[in-house]
Amino acid sequence: MLFNNNLSKILALISSIILLLICMVISIVYGYADTSFQTAYQAFTQFNDSNEHLIIQNVRLPRALIAASVGASLAIAGVLMQTLTKNPLASPGILGINAGAGFAVVFAMVFFQSTSLQSFAWIAFVGATVATAAVYGISSTGRDAMSPIKITLAGAAMSALFSSFTQGLLATNEAELDQVLFWLAGSVEGRKLELLIAVLPYLIIGWIGALLIAPKMNVLALGDDVAKGLGLPVGLIQLAVGFIVIMLAGGSVAVAGPIGFIGIVIPHLARKCVGNDHRWLIPMAALLGGILLLLADVSARYIIMPQEVPVGVMTAFIGTPFFIYIARKGFRKA
Amino acid sequence: MQYRTIRLLQQKISFLLDIKATKKISLLFCLVLAMFILSASVGDSFINPLNVFQILFGGGNDFDRLVVVDFRLPRILIAAFAGMALAVAGAILQGMIKNPLASPDIIGISAGGGAAVVAFLAIFSDQNHSLTVSIQWLPIAGFIGATVIGFVVYFLAWKDGITPIRLVLIGIGVSAFMQAMTTMLMLLGPIYRASEANIWITGSVSGASWEQVKMVVPWTILLLVISFFITRHLNVQELGDDTASNLGQPVQKMRFLLLLLSTCLVAGAIAFAGAIGFVGLMAPHIARRLVGSSFGVLIPTAASIGALLVMAADVIGRTAFSPLEVPAGVFTAAIGAPYFIYLLFRNPKN
Repeated sequence: MLFNNNLSKILALISSIILLLICMVISIVYGYADTSFQTAYQAFTQFNDSNEHLIIQNVRLPRALIAASVGASLAIAGVLMQTLTKNPLASPGILGINAGAGFAVVFAMVFFQSTSLQSFAWIAFVGATVATAAVYGISSTGRDAMSPIKITLAGAAMSALFSSFTQGLLATNEAELDQVLFWLAGSVEGRKLELLIAVLPYLIIGWIGALLIAPKMNVLALGDDVAKGLGLPVGLIQLAVGFIVIMLAGGSVAVAGPIGFIGIVIPHLARKCVGNDHRWLIPMAALLGGILLLLADVSARYIIMPQEVPVGVMTAFIGTPFFIYIARKGFRKA
Repeated sequence: MQYRTIRLLQQKISFLLDIKATKKISLLFCLVLAMFILSASVGDSFINPLNVFQILFGGGNDFDRLVVVDFRLPRILIAAFAGMALAVAGAILQGMIKNPLASPDIIGISAGGGAAVVAFLAIFSDQNHSLTVSIQWLPIAGFIGATVIGFVVYFLAWKDGITPIRLVLIGIGVSAFMQAMTTMLMLLGPIYRASEANIWITGSVSGASWEQVKMVVPWTILLLVISFFITRHLNVQELGDDTASNLGQPVQKMRFLLLLLSTCLVAGAIAFAGAIGFVGLMAPHIARRLVGSSFGVLIPTAASIGALLVMAADVIGRTAFSPLEVPAGVFTAAIGAPYFIYLLFRNPKN
């Protein structure tokens, strides 16, 4: 790990916070309509009705806030899932939770013409819960119960299942395809601040829950049997972690659509920085997750100007080589 | 179990025939034929199954002939052969990876084909979004995409040999990446292109023609015959890598051949029928419950079940919501997914 003692870890956290803020400013200033730092500053201090100020307040700021909070949530969910399943490849994307939430939202759009923000969040939670329960149920049976390979395969199977359902719905409802496609790719573009505010309570519950449960995660990481021997109510903790993950992943999908790979990459980077102590790991992962998604989002604006690449595609570009690296390295050391 | 030994050519060729399984396979084969006749007779205009027989043997009136021979037969044949190919590829992959959850949809072969098809539609379009080359080339793109990704997965998973686990994990990662690429390419083009691509990815045989049948049928039959003979090596591999190499099997070489075989099967199938999901996952399971897991009998059983599934899905797709046509892949997923979940919960020991 990069930072050994508490002082350096605190410094690392503080510098990550500063970096996160810088990234947010970059995300507000740069893009198709280039603005300057002064304009951005004035948009908040001396607002006039100019186009630039409107863009900054109504488009760029929500976008930056959403990217930061979604990135942080997905990264925390990744850390929790990796520790819970002892699987270095666990993440909301690979284990099918994103796909479950995504299918639920498309289903609701097609059949109930549902568009209200609040209902979006709840529908996504239902989908995320169903997917989590299914993956957990499938992988906890049999001789090799909860083995990393079994969990990963169960997740991939559920993921394939939900995405083929989604495709089926869209193949028969062309009109919806247009609306849903960009959302399905995972994107933080064009989201209203109200959408974030609608799910923010759940995300905050998830963040606080993750911080509170962090010491318990350290014990859980020793293995279920050891944790039980040390007096930890393992079943209860697993349930709580599942709940937190659903809040974080479901909330993120409701806002930004299924964005993959953040939940895999960031926990590993954060572990490289501050080690395996979850009390440090979780905040560090949250900050790094926010930074990564902000940067991915900014670069997504520039790659094929004037169009935009969905940020979910950007994270796949960044994340796949990393995923393959971990898969090749094998499971033992993780 | 009852076996009968068959010896031919003064004992140069001999094999064991599993009598019970052979009976079941014959029964399944009859079912496939019945399904074939049924799919040829139902549709927008109903044609008596007896008339279908007449038409197949050269009789019947002109109109019915046109409907059956020119419209229905190509798609039925494509559906049947795509189903067989996907099912056999799934059986091989599950045996090789020793995990019942493995299938061509999961290790990225289908996703590679999907990305290639969307890329094809994007690259060969002019300013007005009309294609600059014939749409006939689309299956070739799908074929190339699936094959290339098969090799990429194999190459990335190579590290002093292939282990099944690494192959699956890399496949899952590559698959997620290809899906991201597909979504991006769909987004960048006009919406009707996205919907065209989406139908392909879901899997549909509605565009079938006799030219396609002439390509896909010999190809699939050739590969199925090879599979039938090569898969006895899978029985040995199921004992574990060490035992297999002690028994004299070149494990890594065999693994490469098996992956190549299943990639070719899948590529040929999805090139014309699209990435029909869950057949490769579901058919081998059903087959294993019927005849056990010895590959000699498993392959023909899985093939028949695969053919049945895709033909049935196609029939439902074009009749249930008529005049709207629903892609066959929607139904294979709708039947396959719940069955699959049920299997996993009911039979935890496998």
